[in-house]
Amino acid sequence: MKKLLWLMGGLWLAQCTTAQETFPVNGVADKRAGCFAFTHATIVKDAQTTLKDATLVIRDGRIVSAGGNSNIPADAVIIDCKDKYIYPSFIDIYSDYGTPASAVGARGFGGGTQAQLTSSTKGAYGWNQAIKSETDAYKLFTADDSKAKGLRESGFGAVLTHVKDGIARGTGTFVSLGNEKENLLVIKDKASAHYALSKGSSTQSYPNSMMGIIALLRQTFLDAQWYKTRPAKEGLNLSLQSWNENQALPQIIDAGDKWNDLRADRIGDEFGVQYIIKGGGNEYQRIKEIAGTRATYILGLNFPQTQDVEDPNDARFVSLTDLKHWELAPTNPSVMEKANIPFCLTTAELRDVKQFMTNLRTALNYGLTETAAINALTKTPATVLGLYDQVGSLDAGKWANFLITSGNVFNERTTIFQNWVQGNKFSIKDDTWKDLRGTYKLVLNTSSGPVNYTLDFKSNTAASLIGKDTVTSKFYYDGRQVRINVAPERRGGENLRLSGIVNNNAWTGYGEDSSGNRFSWTATYDQPSVQKADSARKRPLEPLGKVTYPFEPFGWDETQAPKQETLLFKNATVWTSEKEGVLQNTDVLVRNGKIASVGKNLSATGARVIDGTGKHLTAGVIDEHSHIAAGSINEGGQSITSEVRIGDNLNPDDINIYRQLSGGVTTSHILHGSANTIGGQTQLIKLRWGANDEDLKFKGADPFIKFALGENVKRSPSAIGNNSNNNRFPDTRMGVEEVLVDAFTRAHDYENAMKASGKKGSVRRDLELDALVEILNEKRFITCHSYIQSEITAAMRVAEKMGYKYNTFTHILEGYKVADKMKQHGAAASTFSDWWYYKMEVVDAIPYNAWLMQQQGMNVAINSDDAEMARRLNQEAAKSIKYGGMSEENALKMVTINPAKMMHIDSKVGSIKTGKDADLVLWSDNPLSIYAKSLYTVVDGTVYFDREKDIQLRKQVAAERLRIIRRMIGDKRTGAPVQPAQPSYQVVQTCDDHYHSHGLLSIQSGDN
Amino acid sequence: MKKTKLLIALMLQGIGMYAQETVYPASTQTAAIAITNATVHVGNGQVLNNSTVVFLNGKITAVGTTVATPAGAKVINGQGRHVYPGLILSATNLGLVEVPSVRATNDLTEIGELNPSIRSIVAYNTDSKVINTLRANGILFANVCPEGGLISGSSTVVQLDAWNWEDAAYRMDQGIHFNMPSLIPRPRGFGAQSNSQQPQIDPVKRGLEQVDEIKQFLMQAKTYNNLKSHSEVNLKLAAVKGLFNKTQKLYVHANTVKQMLVALDFVKDLGVDMVIVGGSDSWQIADLLKQNNVAVILSQPHNLPILDDDDIDQPYKTPALLQKAGVLFSITDDDGQTRGRNLAFNAGTAATYGLTKEEALQAITLNAAKILGVADKTGSIEVGKDANLVISTGDILDMRSSMVTDAFIQGRTINLDNKQKQLYERYKQKYGFTDGN
Repeated sequence: MKKLLWLMGGLWLAQCTTAQETFPVNGVADKRAGCFAFTHATIVKDAQTTLKDATLVIRDGRIVSAGGNSNIPADAVIIDCKDKYIYPSFIDIYSDYGTPASAVGARGFGGGTQAQLTSSTKGAYGWNQAIKSETDAYKLFTADDSKAKGLRESGFGAVLTHVKDGIARGTGTFVSLGNEKENLLVIKDKASAHYALSKGSSTQSYPNSMMGIIALLRQTFLDAQWYKTRPAKEGLNLSLQSWNENQALPQIIDAGDKWNDLRADRIGDEFGVQYIIKGGGNEYQRIKEIAGTRATYILGLNFPQTQDVEDPNDARFVSLTDLKHWELAPTNPSVMEKANIPFCLTTAELRDVKQFMTNLRTALNYGLTETAAINALTKTPATVLGLYDQVGSLDAGKWANFLITSGNVFNERTTIFQNWVQGNKFSIKDDTWKDLRGTYKLVLNTSSGPVNYTLDFKSNTAASLIGKDTVTSKFYYDGRQVRINVAPERRGGENLRLSGIVNNNAWTGYGEDSSGNRFSWTATYDQPSVQKADSARKRPLEPLGKVTYPFEPFGWDETQAPKQETLLFKNATVWTSEKEGVLQNTDVLVRNGKIASVGKNLSATGARVIDGTGKHLTAGVIDEHSHIAAGSINEGGQSITSEVRIGDNLNPDDINIYRQLSGGVTTSHILHGSANTIGGQTQLIKLRWGANDEDLKFKGADPFIKFALGENVKRSPSAIGNNSNNNRFPDTRMGVEEVLVDAFTRAHDYENAMKASGKKGSVRRDLELDALVEILNEKRFITCHSYIQSEITAAMRVAEKMGYKYNTFTHILEGYKVADKMKQHGAAASTFSDWWYYKMEVVDAIPYNAWLMQQQGMNVAINSDDAEMARRLNQEAAKSIKYGGMSEENALKMVTINPAKMMHIDSKVGSIKTGKDADLVLWSDNPLSIYAKSLYTVVDGTVYFDREKDIQLRKQVAAERLRIIRRMIGDKRTGAPVQPAQPSYQVVQTCDDHYHSHGLLSIQSGDN
Repeated sequence: MKKTKLLIALMLQGIGMYAQETVYPASTQTAAIAITNATVHVGNGQVLNNSTVVFLNGKITAVGTTVATPAGAKVINGQGRHVYPGLILSATNLGLVEVPSVRATNDLTEIGELNPSIRSIVAYNTDSKVINTLRANGILFANVCPEGGLISGSSTVVQLDAWNWEDAAYRMDQGIHFNMPSLIPRPRGFGAQSNSQQPQIDPVKRGLEQVDEIKQFLMQAKTYNNLKSHSEVNLKLAAVKGLFNKTQKLYVHANTVKQMLVALDFVKDLGVDMVIVGGSDSWQIADLLKQNNVAVILSQPHNLPILDDDDIDQPYKTPALLQKAGVLFSITDDDGQTRGRNLAFNAGTAATYGLTKEEALQAITLNAAKILGVADKTGSIEVGKDANLVISTGDILDMRSSMVTDAFIQGRTINLDNKQKQLYERYKQKYGFTDGN
């Protein structure tokens, strides 16, 4: 019966709107104006405007007026909304409502799987399967009332929906959450264009990294621009065509993380697009940078669940970062608000949409204002889509999408009675529209005369019967029907079963007693029952931890920010790495980030004096080959990926920055991996712990690029697992050589064509070839991963023929065999001290390599390629004392001035010389000794590592962990739902060239 | 500079004449050898200055300041040099793996979860090119361990100068290796994929079930091995007999506290001698390990800390924490193959972070010998023990000064040449220089 009623209600609703003219009617036409007046309500027109005792008039699904209680049209059905509130219903612009679910794609590269080099999408589309700009959500949209219902119950009236698949996802469509034919639900067919920094279901190998995704987006912008010229050779390209068409729409990109937010915004900046950015909920961790994007954000409210950390052994593996994020994630919306960053809210990340209001209340409890919340759910989303004339407030002419509530919509005890969508009513909790709770006079008209009781109606499931005894009944009430099953006397065996219909405050029905006697009954409202006070008091918020920079243990909060200082190192043994050699009992003065002077008995007013007696001062260690602090390292989808840039995806939150500072490292060259012959563009950084991604960069340095030869690039079984069945060219060192010849041949042709075409733009701009042209013009320099003498020689001969040069050969474990040839070519060498034999191409590696190459006059450096070993690069350099007999001074140069020269930064760093950057390390002992520890590591005159202070930070980390763990345990005790403790695994980016365990919770990423 | 020249000269001993194949295992000691006026690091914490070590027929016959050089003895002037016990890699895959990335050269991991009867020694390749590079850095012994499964098999302690594995075996099948399941929940995935809701088997629960299976196996083995005869022989049960008569130890590969607590239960219930291998978090329960006489082989001294939150030098200072708690421990290297040659530097790091140098040395000599059950024969420079000795011109724990000039196994004078030195010589020929600096 209930179901039938519900169905009938649905039919009624469907009929009351304007029927579509083109659709035949089976039966009698039933056109109605659907005019309603909601009177005496508190109308929240928008976040700024609230009307008391006002009337909302709607007709044909649109708002006619919101204002005084007069001027009610004669044909309006009047609905008294006294004591009720009316709000514009909410808008979610990051939905996939009614669109097909996307398949989960294989990740397509590495692990012994074959590469998929072309798109598997059939038709006249573009080359990359993840560029799906041709997808139009409005063509695929099918209403799904079971999903719509959940959204309506949470207060939503319309959503922007799109197919969440691909890096370019095509267009989104703006639809209402009504229950009609799709024809009427679509408010705007092409309402937005969507993008994401993840490839979705694409099985194509390229791109398989964050920097590859960024490069693909950039190249597609360029290709689409070029496509406008209708190049004959391209034919029809529906993906590029749609891309161009979609540019006029609001542009929404799913970034999903604070650093990705910035990455997405930079792509937009480059091509004149201001993206609306779907964030990751951790924006509060870098709020200044986020504000700098000037973007509107879409925020989820998926706050981390409390973890069960009662068992200390489980808590052991939950990182402080995760603990702090648990504590601070609910502040994300309020922090955004305080920073004046416009944002919308989405239900997208919630497993259950019911959680939305609960989480929103949490956000309000953590400082979000109600005004901001209303804006985020109404005006802001409508405005960014250019649809504020349609939805987003209760102004005349807009769609009649509104909520009727019992009070302030954000209050925990407020009920949403009805959600009207396009002028159609949807009951949410209509049964409580009128508060009928109270005591009723119940009269049973039995054959022996009336029997009187008092019924205390407390809630839809609870009522007690008061006669001789006060007893609890089994009670059911749904606003229309009522059922009571009760034993009126505690000891008697009598039982009454009553059933009736509700007509406001007078109920009538029929009943039966234990003996089967039937009788009619009535219940009449008498007086309200005594209401309990609102128990949902907000718990006072405990003081929250501070955001640290980076958001990692050992990060600093704003009050602790490391600053440039005037420093005077007194009486140290100074290893200059210059012709002055090692100076005893010498002072070094640092001012304004530079080395101000080196000498004896220096003094400087206001300088912080650091006693160097018995200690050793060196230039900061420089690592020529590192893979720390990056979001991805390897774009292995193709053999040439010179378009990708490590600098596009730096990760300043890598703890290894701090750990390596403790090993004296101040500058690191972050290289692309070695999965392909021509890899990506590298990024030189300084280890400025706590800086953002841009500020990590070593400014003004020559750009480099990574090349690679040998087993990894030919996808040898050794490189990608014994099950590999490589299908990507090249598969031999013969092919590697040809990849180089071919690439630079094309680069020459491209450069010539570019010059010839001038500004006409008829030549397709190719980011891949741009980088190669830079190499040819000595604007970009190569560091080339290589091992075997044959491949080294072959690569140099290609270079000499094609007109470029290898600046550096890195790893270069057989370099000693061809040191004379490399010297002649003009290359430098950056090598390991003593690694060997982990794969076939290093079976002839020897620890005398560095020494032998140096003896041939090459500039030689020792690199780490390993986050752990980088902390001991000084010791690795020292091994050449043991293997070959290098002098200590020369050994130290292999990790200071030599790599600086190699990377063309020796005018700034690498030695202790007046005027150079003050990148310094004070060691406890001879810096070549295993017993030496860095006491201070200084970058640009700022002390970023101080071993004494580190001890303090450890205590701080421990205390902060303990505090939050206690809070979590408290949360669990007070009944918060908990999940088991989640170990904080970390992805360690490696070039995976050789095995080195990084601990229990690390996951090696990167495929060589 | 002069020093360096001396070193180079010492290294030139075998130039040009050998390929790796002609670096012959040394023959039995025939005449007494005396190392005089040296700094002798006994291996038990003691240092004897200006001392002499005499050995004959493979055994140490005298150590001390007042020892006379026997007539006819070969004398090595140890002036300014250091004498150490032969270093011991206490858990390694040396000789079972040649080139890790080439599967055909790997004999490390057998198929199956329960392989107690598998014996590493039979696959140990005495001709591995790696071995001689280790010897050149003073490593003279290794405990060669199989890997994989729950019970991988038994390990054997070998001396690193032998014609074949039968010659190499120093203590055969001396331990059974059990890989404790991880007992840490797996990650749910990362980044964009983190919303995966695929159900997964709880690895902790599965792990504990596996532990119970192993415990059952060991309990049955105990009963089985108490019987005099069997109508049906069970090779697996028989293979662990030594655990119960204390001729074998149980090596439990474990790193977390939970893993180690589960392992301690084995000791209590089965009464076996247990050694933890790995032991990343052993410092957290050092007192418990001490109480239960459980030794630890630290295999990751040069590792990153487990968690971002950990003290940045945690793996470096873990040895000092165990030392303080009185736990018997040794230091090895999780890449015991090629990088095993840095064993002494692993110990050196421990000395930088809290151990004394002699304690650090002990962790790669006498402690290792005790754990491996060979302390009666080696691990320290004491009369009656095998003459397993290393001479270095400087502190062996520091790469800045470590330069091994001589080594002796069972009194035999070891050839310290290796493939890498030979390639070095080859290219010195090419480039026409013969001296350092």
